[in-house]
Amino acid sequence: MKHLISARGLEATPTVAILDTAMDMVDVRTREVKKLPTLRGKTVANVFFEDSTRTRLSFEAAALALSADVTTFTTQGSSVSKGESLKDTLQTLEAMGADFIVLRHPHSGVASTVVNSGWVDAHIINAGDGTHEHPTQALLDAFTMRSRLRGENARGSNLAGISVVIVGDIFHSRVARSNALLLRTLGATVTLAAPQTLLPREIDSWGAAIVSTLDEAIDLQPDVVMTLRVQRERMTSGFFPSESEFTQLWGMNDSRLRRLPPTSIVMHPGPMNRGLEISGSVADSPQSTVTEQVANGVAVRMAVLYTLMGDSR
Amino acid sequence: MTILIRGASLMGEGATDILIDGDTIREVGTVKVSADRVIDAHGIIALPGLVDLHSHLREPGGEGSETILSGSRAAAAGGFTTVHTMANTSPVADTAELVELVAERGRHAGYVQVRPIGAVTRNLDGEQLADIGGMAHSSAAVTVFSDDGRCVGDPLLMRRALEYVSTFGGVIAQHAQDPRLTIDAVVNEGRVSSELGLRGWPSVAEESIIARDVLLAEYVGARLHVCHISTAGSVDVIRWAKKRGIAVTAEVTPHHLLLTDDCALTYDPVFKVNPPLRTADDVQQLRLAVADGTIDIVATDHAPHASSTKDCTWHDASFGMVGLESALSVVQHTLVDAGHITWPDVARILSVAPAAIGRVGGYGAPLAVGSKANITLVDPAHTANWDTSRLHGRSTNSPFIGTVLPGRVVSTIFNGTETVVDGFLVEPEIVRNA
Amino acid sequence: MTRVVLTKPDIDRALKRIAHEIVESQRGRFGLIFLGIPTRGVHLARRLARLVADIEPQDVQVGTLDVTMYRDDLATQSTRATVATEIPSSGVDGSTVILVDDVLFSGRTARAALDAITALGRPDVVRFAVLVDRGHRELPIRADFVGKNLPTSTSERVNVSIAEVDDLDEVSIA
Repeated sequence: MKHLISARGLEATPTVAILDTAMDMVDVRTREVKKLPTLRGKTVANVFFEDSTRTRLSFEAAALALSADVTTFTTQGSSVSKGESLKDTLQTLEAMGADFIVLRHPHSGVASTVVNSGWVDAHIINAGDGTHEHPTQALLDAFTMRSRLRGENARGSNLAGISVVIVGDIFHSRVARSNALLLRTLGATVTLAAPQTLLPREIDSWGAAIVSTLDEAIDLQPDVVMTLRVQRERMTSGFFPSESEFTQLWGMNDSRLRRLPPTSIVMHPGPMNRGLEISGSVADSPQSTVTEQVANGVAVRMAVLYTLMGDSR
Repeated sequence: MTILIRGASLMGEGATDILIDGDTIREVGTVKVSADRVIDAHGIIALPGLVDLHSHLREPGGEGSETILSGSRAAAAGGFTTVHTMANTSPVADTAELVELVAERGRHAGYVQVRPIGAVTRNLDGEQLADIGGMAHSSAAVTVFSDDGRCVGDPLLMRRALEYVSTFGGVIAQHAQDPRLTIDAVVNEGRVSSELGLRGWPSVAEESIIARDVLLAEYVGARLHVCHISTAGSVDVIRWAKKRGIAVTAEVTPHHLLLTDDCALTYDPVFKVNPPLRTADDVQQLRLAVADGTIDIVATDHAPHASSTKDCTWHDASFGMVGLESALSVVQHTLVDAGHITWPDVARILSVAPAAIGRVGGYGAPLAVGSKANITLVDPAHTANWDTSRLHGRSTNSPFIGTVLPGRVVSTIFNGTETVVDGFLVEPEIVRNA
Repeated sequence: MTRVVLTKPDIDRALKRIAHEIVESQRGRFGLIFLGIPTRGVHLARRLARLVADIEPQDVQVGTLDVTMYRDDLATQSTRATVATEIPSSGVDGSTVILVDDVLFSGRTARAALDAITALGRPDVVRFAVLVDRGHRELPIRADFVGKNLPTSTSERVNVSIAEVDDLDEVSIA
């Protein structure tokens, strides 16, 4: 694997290997020396055409923990929006010695285009492209589920037998798309809960069941409820009528949490709209994995950088 | 100047000779006399010169991607003798002066007859009618009006346009795309758009406009032509309208007869086109609709784009594909070789019918004695890898590069002048001075 | 052609001798930690720890030291799976660490292991025990305890089988 673009191409065995490596990376984070020399002399360029401080910091921390040099390029929207400039930007970064390009872009498919175009030789990691995918988020979510639900037996295991509900704005969510694909690859069963307006069409190939409301999903007694960030502007474009109606039908709250088994977990990729898709008390409850996901993000991204490094073709 | 074509298969039927004298077909049958030039056409199919009702030659304003001359050469290479060029130039072809300029430059280039299409609304803004009468009565004698690239979305304006254009015997060629249903849309809505996370273009956005427009056309008693239909549902609406006696004609592009939205799965912008590539079922229904006459013509929607607007991300890329050179090969592949139609049907859908819709003279009696000598000779047995050497315009955004397509235009004769000889374009000076 | 160079009794004897040498070199100091380098080094470390405890009853600890991320050939080799590093909860500070591996060849693994230990803490002493030293060093590294010196050519392959992994104890050259 030279690039990580999509969860779609990932097979179960290498994915489990990445998760296992990430476990070792978590250990490293507890050592006296919290750094590995693995990427010494390599440069990781974080190229963010869309603002995401938390994802950028996570990749930076991962690269630094592996002793890489890190350069960061951030810009928003209009100043660099045309493809020609994207090509120029990436080629410039590579000319400056970037071995890995971590790419975040507001438009779907940009990471694929960069890989297919042959513009650069560097390893490309998709850190979120439009409403397409965010594969490292799916990996860290899978990692979080595995460590929480499997505990001691996590290493080497997939997610067979684990049931996951993904609720909310599936349509616009690269997190949901990557997770639906990856979780299925790892053997989990996935149920999507959303209004019709927030569900993509013809998604049979995702292999996910679909229910209308979060209450129906809770009835399935899932091991995991994954909530998603809702952009408030979706309301004005007619995807749902009001915040209160969304919260009532698809928001994760205390009473719904109580109806879940005590071992079930509630996830959110952040940043959260407390009180909209997830209530504050659920987010802060012991069953919430929100901060754990952030911590695991660094370890998983270390594992991804390490895994890609071994394939320079 | 006389040209004798020996032994050509007349629209795929029996072998015969064709004698051209000046710009006219003088004899068809066994020709005894000799001529200034003789073309051996055994095994070659003779078709009437092809007529494209839908191309973008980009001049004025877009000369970086195509000019009237370069587009005319691409057309001749593809076997065309008449092309209609769309109004979405810069400035927009919405005045008599502009359409006359385009027609004149086409005459000067000399490879094909260039027929300007006039804008329906001023500057394609969809607000106020363009100088339709002025363009109709200009020396360019515009008969087809279109805001192609944009849909005449306002139903009241569409009604007025249909009525007003029919005053001059013209036709509106509608780009059927509901603007609200396709905000930010870049790919067919369905399995592929969901997988790619790209904003989908629902089939209903096309079908609902066609349904509205055929009813408007019926109501006001006007002719309507629907550009590049792309969905099975559109076929159903057109079929229903024709059964009802509505004066509607429909076109399909070669690429919608062959390619599906699966092509977008790699985000290669060469497959980004408006309307978007649809599903395999749509492709099949479009082919059947050509076969049963529901779809009247194949038109290229030749849309050249400079490489900078295709060597980029899907989002940033322009919509469109070049298609003049490949149209006949794709038609042979998808319709003739697939058994849906025969060569006389090819003559109909690529020459007679588009000429009739555009009221282009000289194409009513294909390859008949006394007709204008517009003839395309195609070698149907030729099969080759399609590569950029087959392209003659300024842009190379062909979706067929790297694929194998049958057929090759070996000769194009435009008003008695050879524009393609032995598969090679004749030089501009020679064409111009002929 | 495969040639067996050490049989089970040979291996048992070699390990027993190494254990004695280790006890000898301890000179009464305690706090031994055997860190095995995966895969087979881990099991050899366990055996040595048991043998040492038999010779001189003491609290001997055993762990696993994964050196993968410290290797210097990561960019040129395809990705290797990592193994969890496990050290005693008391850490390695102030202890005597015996690194254990099956074969000593170029010395690069040992070099990576020294870096890996440094990241864990500061042992008083680090010693290196191998079952087989086959020569051809590329770095200035040598083992403190060697089961068997095996002269080989670089084209030969040394295969170490141990019962915990391979169901038999044997060293062969192919």
